[in-house]
Amino acid sequence: MSDVYVIGIDMIKFGRFPETSVPKLGATAAHLALDDAGLTINDIQALYSGNLGQAGAMVGQRILAEIGQTGIPVVNCANACATGATAFREGWMSIKAGVYDMVLCVGTEQMGKGLLGGGGGGKGIPTEGLLGSSTMPAIFAEAGMEHQRKYGTTFEQFAKVSVKNHHHSTLNPKAMYQIETPLETVMGAEMISYPNTKLMCSVNVDGAAAVVICSEEKARQLGKMDRAVRVKASVLTSDPYQERNLQMPDVNTCTQRAAKAAYEMAGVGPEDIDLVELHDCFATAEILHYGNLGLGKPEDAGRMVDEGETALGGRIPVNVSGGLLSKGHPLGATGIANIYEVSTHLRGEAGERQVEGARFGMTHVIGLGSACAIHVLEKVD
Amino acid sequence: MPLNAEDSETAGLLPVVPFLKIPDEGSPYLEGSRCTQCDTTFLGERSVCAKCGSREGLEPLALANHGELYVYSIVYRSFPGIEVPYVSAIVDLEGGGTVKGNLINIDPDPEKIKMGMPVDVIYEKAPRKDAEGNEYLTYYFQPKS
Ligand SMILES: [Zn+2]
Repeated sequence: MSDVYVIGIDMIKFGRFPETSVPKLGATAAHLALDDAGLTINDIQALYSGNLGQAGAMVGQRILAEIGQTGIPVVNCANACATGATAFREGWMSIKAGVYDMVLCVGTEQMGKGLLGGGGGGKGIPTEGLLGSSTMPAIFAEAGMEHQRKYGTTFEQFAKVSVKNHHHSTLNPKAMYQIETPLETVMGAEMISYPNTKLMCSVNVDGAAAVVICSEEKARQLGKMDRAVRVKASVLTSDPYQERNLQMPDVNTCTQRAAKAAYEMAGVGPEDIDLVELHDCFATAEILHYGNLGLGKPEDAGRMVDEGETALGGRIPVNVSGGLLSKGHPLGATGIANIYEVSTHLRGEAGERQVEGARFGMTHVIGLGSACAIHVLEKVD
Repeated sequence: MPLNAEDSETAGLLPVVPFLKIPDEGSPYLEGSRCTQCDTTFLGERSVCAKCGSREGLEPLALANHGELYVYSIVYRSFPGIEVPYVSAIVDLEGGGTVKGNLINIDPDPEKIKMGMPVDVIYEKAPRKDAEGNEYLTYYFQPKS
């Protein structure tokens, strides 16, 4: 089986674009990725499209209608916040299987503002605020409190994740925000769901990201190996049964299992990874995943953020893009935007926020309910 | 006002969720299922075990009305019209079953709420009616008395 290579990848600057449409956002990203590869839609054999909000509305075909309706096969993917990564993985598998040798994967989302999640519905009375909360901030607050219960992690340590990621985003022109948020600002911001304040919740934004991937033979034939990035591992898991599942979604076990499988597939360990883009949908979530991804011991996660180990310049920089907390989280686009960030570092093209000498990078997303996708990418010498 | 076995205040109330049972005689309770193959306890009725995949031997049981607070969050921002702050709590019931609900009769303050603290399940008329004017019985958690 051929290795699979990223040969063109890009994302739009995340923001709020209510006047445009999902297919137009996707088309813009697709054009950027095709331009980055120096190719056109006529070179592409299949399209894998990830979008959540319009999962039933043939988004991939509508993107093609914007950029060239070539009649190629289109697969539309929806997998909660793992949607973009799932579309990427479907494309990766098609090349691994030898069915195609060059495909396009696009992730898009138009979000609007406001809370995600929600209770009630159907007959009867709404249960939100009566039987606890099913908002995303509360669910991830509770997941963070589980870490506090087990390891003593503090509100201040959770808040420091947000300080770090907001700082990183000041170096990323494609992030939604480029603003510093000192610790007292983060801790003093409006409390949404303790221990997550407003600045510790990911930003709902519109966005799109796209990538052209191909087989090794194709990359060599086209002379694209110079800036190519090798996909060393692609893993997708769902959450195995846990005793509290019905009331408390588990984002830990599926991540631990995916990480173990990804390290095995890539033939590397956590010590070999130079940067990680992980699913910081809330500041509490980032802390959980240090241990889940093997970046440190779970009980050390608070200390790791205290000592700057996961900041740019630290032992293992995490979310140097600004993360979902500050770059923004357009659900279906996030999984490909993460791959863009890591690929950009492996290409040595990340400018001010470049992780020097990066050879291996990891991307991680979680779709609640739950899906975990992890990719390991390698610089090509 | 908490309801007890002799209370007639449940008359005419509908259960807020299907796993809250209001028997004709006796006290309301939360219903679970237990897999007789692997001894796993679930909240609510089910016919297949999510742990071992067994399609047989899932038996209904009444879950305990006490347990311990596993984790919580204090919710300050919810959907429009929902009174805040309130404490969203995950409680492990004694003997099995995990339930989410509001923890009441305690200050919404991390200094006061201790993970691992014992709590009771209590049943009260819900402060909301549905569009047809039906009233509901709900459950809450409160610190063990
Ligand atoms: Zn079983």
